[in-house]
Amino acid sequence: MVLGCCAALAQTGGELRFCIRSEPKNLNPMMVNDDPSETIRYLTGGVLVRVNRVRQKAEASLATQWKVSDGGRRIVFKLREGVRYSDGTPFSADDVAYTVRQLMDPALHNSTADAFRSGEGAVTARVLSPTSVEIVFPAPVAGLVNLFDTVAIVSSKSPLKEMAALGPFYVADRKPGSMILLKRNPNYWKKDAQGRQLPYLDAVRLDIEQNPDIEALRYRRGEIHLINSVNAAVFEKLSADDASLVRDAGASTDTEQLWFNQTPSSPIPAYKRAWFTSTAFRRAVSEAINRDDLARIVYHGHAQPAIGITAPSNLFWFNSELKPHPYDVASALRRLQQDGFRLSADGTVLRDKEGHEVEFSIITNASSRIRENIATMIQQDLKKIGIKVNVVTMDFNSLLERINQTYNYEACILGNGNVDLDPNSVMTAWLSSGELHAWNPKQKSPATEWEAEIDKLMRAQASSMDDHKRKQSWDKVQKIAWEQEPFIFLVNKHALVAIGPSVKNAQPSAFRPQVSWNIDELALAVK
Amino acid sequence: MKSVRLIAVVLLIAAGLAAAAAPLIAPAGYEQQFRATPDARPSAHHPLGTDELGRDRFARLLYGMRISLIMAPLAALLTTGLAALLGGIAGCFGGWTERCCMFLADLVLAVPWLFLLITVRAALPLNVSPEASAAVTFLLLGLLGWAASSRVICAGTKSLMQSEFVWTARAAGFSGFKLVRLHLLPNLRGTLLAQFWISVPVFIIAEANLGALGLGVSEPLPSLGSLLREMQSFATLRPEPWRFFPIVVLILVVTSFQVLLKKQEVRA
Repeated sequence: MVLGCCAALAQTGGELRFCIRSEPKNLNPMMVNDDPSETIRYLTGGVLVRVNRVRQKAEASLATQWKVSDGGRRIVFKLREGVRYSDGTPFSADDVAYTVRQLMDPALHNSTADAFRSGEGAVTARVLSPTSVEIVFPAPVAGLVNLFDTVAIVSSKSPLKEMAALGPFYVADRKPGSMILLKRNPNYWKKDAQGRQLPYLDAVRLDIEQNPDIEALRYRRGEIHLINSVNAAVFEKLSADDASLVRDAGASTDTEQLWFNQTPSSPIPAYKRAWFTSTAFRRAVSEAINRDDLARIVYHGHAQPAIGITAPSNLFWFNSELKPHPYDVASALRRLQQDGFRLSADGTVLRDKEGHEVEFSIITNASSRIRENIATMIQQDLKKIGIKVNVVTMDFNSLLERINQTYNYEACILGNGNVDLDPNSVMTAWLSSGELHAWNPKQKSPATEWEAEIDKLMRAQASSMDDHKRKQSWDKVQKIAWEQEPFIFLVNKHALVAIGPSVKNAQPSAFRPQVSWNIDELALAVK
Repeated sequence: MKSVRLIAVVLLIAAGLAAAAAPLIAPAGYEQQFRATPDARPSAHHPLGTDELGRDRFARLLYGMRISLIMAPLAALLTTGLAALLGGIAGCFGGWTERCCMFLADLVLAVPWLFLLITVRAALPLNVSPEASAAVTFLLLGLLGWAASSRVICAGTKSLMQSEFVWTARAAGFSGFKLVRLHLLPNLRGTLLAQFWISVPVFIIAEANLGALGLGVSEPLPSLGSLLREMQSFATLRPEPWRFFPIVVLILVVTSFQVLLKKQEVRA
């Protein structure tokens, strides 16, 4: 009702402008592996189901109905009739089958295809009728339906191939390094409550702008209409100018975390590795960090202390029994003393049981002022328990080399931008054999009992089709991670967005793409 | 012109004294975070307000000047010494020696020093104190900055080697170290001083550039460069002039060095 009312006030047509951070590497929707390409896919691609970013539920899109069977090995989609691609080519079940076959080509290295490859054997797609298609997987795929949110259906017959769009817009023009122009898809299937053809906009112009400060300046000058994500300092500045220019869409699932290097083959001294593998040490460090201050000072209050792997904003998957780790210096010192550490009489130096002074370095990327500030605040917090921290910033490639190849580092601060709400999306971070199991990656067998338990639970949740059973397993994983703290989760950032006064029908979400997720309903006000 | 030089000298002495007396006049430690008052306006407690983490901006400015005003001249001394050595050898011996030295200088000039600095910094041990990291940053700047100066000194030395008084000295039996000490160095003094004074502001600005990239002096130690990072963001475009004090100081210091440099050039 509200949307309908706003839409009535809005102008049909117009060109919406916003920025993407870099040139998209690939406009083929099946070869997307960077954020700008992902944005183009979202705006142009037609998908079978679309996850509503506000309700966090899958909704019908090109598929009107679907049914999962055989314990998650089989899904049948009933397709919308009378749909055409942007060039007029009719859409049918053949296109879905073609897309799945193309997607499963191992040469593509598509992340959704990796999730579909749940076991040995091929993924097959069979056309049951022009409006019905069946997809069969070699093993159960957890969270199957939501995965189709990222599968843009390409045409098997169109002469334009993958450039024929089923989404609200199609790519009309491209100036490398400058901009991409998307024009309204005249054949888009969706209509609003009054039966008007969507999208309301005639075009979307995506300007390529690497510098977020220039992006903010352009927004302030009215050259662009929205920013999907602004940092806290820019948010405060814009808010001070005019509070209506920005909105806090609430806590996102994005996290910033600290972790210690526990890799056995790393070239760090054995006594330091002993600290880092000690649960008491990690818990003590965690308790000595004032997360409230991090959220209040570094993020100007637009963040909240993180609890664990899953943020409370992930409504279904968050384990609500978990509470934030307290800021408790006395408790931190007790834990350290129980683990054999001793604080000097003047309270300035902590020593381990062998007499080594506790000192370590935290690395982070030089391009992130926020992470450097977090590290500097942690440096001051840990000084209170006698730990000396050296903050080292370096360029991102050098940092990745250290954490992924040489393992020559002691502790690191980085962030996660969680796009998918399903725990399956973080399998490779939590399985001990995973490449992104940052504190001790690619283990042949789990190094600790709790990692073995997490492996078991992750596999259990991944192989179950019952979301409530999966939730039980995932809750246990969250609890183990909360107790062991291989990642010391620091804050969950709020999704901060900028939406110009002329943009109507915006419903900013904490999840990506924060403002443009309902692009087909966005409109520009009559001038 | 004399009064301008006088002002420059006074400014540099004032900056030097303020930096030296930082522990006495700073209202707080440079690393102390007043977390209840981040981004505070100037007050009796914090004459230049506090930064985004609640650290006293005036204290950080004083300590930052300390780092920049001590380290930059040391790095300039190193680079001038290296330039004098290689440029002097090239100018004295000429021929293949000169070609080798100048090829080395060309090589150093051709190296993209920013990437080299980033690479070297990334390869350094992680557990070094902020003071050591500052020293390493300026050491690298000093080691990489000699090439252009060495060309000037080589040309100056060659010219001197052709001069009448050097021929006379050589005819009188002066050679080697004695010739350098008594005839070449005194006559190259102006050029060397000019190269030194050129290098000081260059290194202050180079460190500021590295600081702006987050690759300068490590936290929590401040430098003039790291203080400038506060002004990188769009968010700093606020009507808060006290935030710009570090850049005003940097401009004054660099300008003062330039004014003195002109004097040295006249002498050279």
